[in-house]
Amino acid sequence: MDNSNTASVDWEKLDEDRLRLVIKGRLDVETTGSLWRKIIKTIAGTKPRELLVDASKIEYCDGAGIGLLLELTQTQKQNNRRIQITGLSPDFQPLLKLFDPGQAAEPPPKRASLAQRIESLGKKTTHWLQAVKAQISFIGEAFIKLLTTLIHPRTLRWRDTFLIAEKAGANAVGITALLGFLIGLILAFQSAVAMQKFGAQVFVTDLVCLALFRELGPLITAFVLASRSGSAFAAEIGTMKINEEIDALTTMGMDPVRFLVVPRLIAAICVVPLLTMFNNLFGLIGCGVVMSFFGSPPVTYLHRIQQAATMTDLLGGLAKTFVFGALIAGIGCLRGIQTGAGPSAVGDSATRAVVSGIVAIVVADGAFAVLYYFLNI
Amino acid sequence: MSPEAKPVIRVKDLTIGYNNNIVLRNIDFEILTGEIFTILGGSGCGKSTLLKHMIGLLQPLGGSVLIDGTDIITAQGSDRLGVLRKIGVAYQNGALFGSMNLMENICLALEEFTDLPKDAMEMIARMKLKIVGLGNATHKMPAELSGGMRKRAAIARALSLDPKVLFLDEPSAGLDPITSAQLDKLILELSHSLRITFVIVTHELSSIFTVADRVVMLDKETKTIIATGKPAELRDHSDNPWVRQFFNRQA
Repeated sequence: MDNSNTASVDWEKLDEDRLRLVIKGRLDVETTGSLWRKIIKTIAGTKPRELLVDASKIEYCDGAGIGLLLELTQTQKQNNRRIQITGLSPDFQPLLKLFDPGQAAEPPPKRASLAQRIESLGKKTTHWLQAVKAQISFIGEAFIKLLTTLIHPRTLRWRDTFLIAEKAGANAVGITALLGFLIGLILAFQSAVAMQKFGAQVFVTDLVCLALFRELGPLITAFVLASRSGSAFAAEIGTMKINEEIDALTTMGMDPVRFLVVPRLIAAICVVPLLTMFNNLFGLIGCGVVMSFFGSPPVTYLHRIQQAATMTDLLGGLAKTFVFGALIAGIGCLRGIQTGAGPSAVGDSATRAVVSGIVAIVVADGAFAVLYYFLNI
Repeated sequence: MSPEAKPVIRVKDLTIGYNNNIVLRNIDFEILTGEIFTILGGSGCGKSTLLKHMIGLLQPLGGSVLIDGTDIITAQGSDRLGVLRKIGVAYQNGALFGSMNLMENICLALEEFTDLPKDAMEMIARMKLKIVGLGNATHKMPAELSGGMRKRAAIARALSLDPKVLFLDEPSAGLDPITSAQLDKLILELSHSLRITFVIVTHELSSIFTVADRVVMLDKETKTIIATGKPAELRDHSDNPWVRQFFNRQA
């Protein structure tokens, strides 16, 4: 851009009511900015009843320049004042007409009135109720399809199911084992430091064992799966929805729930208990490392584990994980199917899948705690 | 178009392809200032790939693309930005930013590259949307628009910085005949009043005969240009039977 690309404006007050503007030079996106501010400020200051714009010295004028002229016209007209644009080169004349956008469309109001707030509250409640209804019907549909598949195992898409199980399960062994190990290690170390004061560090094994088997193992594994695979399910199905793949399935007579949801449900239900076992095992190893640090030999440690936890503790914990698996896959798929339009919708679905998945897991865990209390497990 | 019109784009000896798979070989042509230039050819002959090279998205295997004298392929830094400022591109599916409404989509480039006050940007955005017939949709999100509206909004966004050259990738694909005709009218109007040079990739024959000043025709077999010229002349007088077939819609 060379320096001849400049625009300038001179103004002259003809009398009380009349202002004359002389605009010179090139009016393009580069030069119009400063000119725009200057002119609008002048007009706002002088409020001329009649504005005379001499455009004969405008050498070049593109969208931005025309925008300025149109803005002047609109401001004057809105305030019931006059404007006269003279001398605009015939080259640019048609642009004025072509570009005239008319009145600005009313932007949606930013501050809502009371009535609008009540209205939006009502709308949100209705939406929420509809969402609850959709969720209930989805749960019912998925449950029925799952049962049908269990009765007729041939209708299951085994290849898909194994692939999903591999992605969600086998590929997650490393991270689950690592987390289990670290949680066992940290839990054992923290409690050992405190219990040592009372000479009770031998009970650290009991604490870690029970906590892992009954609560932490299933919960942490479920959290890992919810954030790894729940979000993946939602994003995958969401993208398919946006690409109209789900519509394609439906019109080809293939039920999307049977096709997409059931394999994921079965895969998740199968892998979460297995992953939980890994998590428990590595948690015990982590705890063992700390115990040997505190002077308890491995044989004593193993013996202590057998005394501390019963088979009921282990199985009670594992029983929960079947439900967690179903929740993670179900919510992931539901969020995917509920995906709206546009690229950000997939991200939203993935986020919602993780958040509602984790909440659902904790709520279910609470329900199990109450159930086990009454069953004396 | 005046006879002394200068070339605004020069494609010199361009060879393009993916890896070692050559799509087009030794392409040479010039596009004159203010003309409506159409690139056409059968499906899969590399039209869109050529367009992507002309706007500097892909690296060619050889040759250069000069836009107003600057090679868009080798240009770096401010040179490259300078060239990019001169061109506008409307992609096939609009490529509007889904998280912004139309006004924001158009204002984005203005905010980045100019010092215009906010009022001015909004005014310009409304003007640009008005000329593509979307004056009432300034606050709509792209997801709320139909396919045709998205294409027109994409043209409005491509016009935001008043480019010299506007590239349109299949502008009328998937539009009904009326909308498609309106789009042709818009292209002619913009070409006359703003003197924008258009480079259009299409195989919509009716639109080619309505708007195109000149066409180049690409061929998949020979991987070169098989015809250049005015569409009506090619239809009636081309030496190449395939070209005549194409223009007369014969199988």
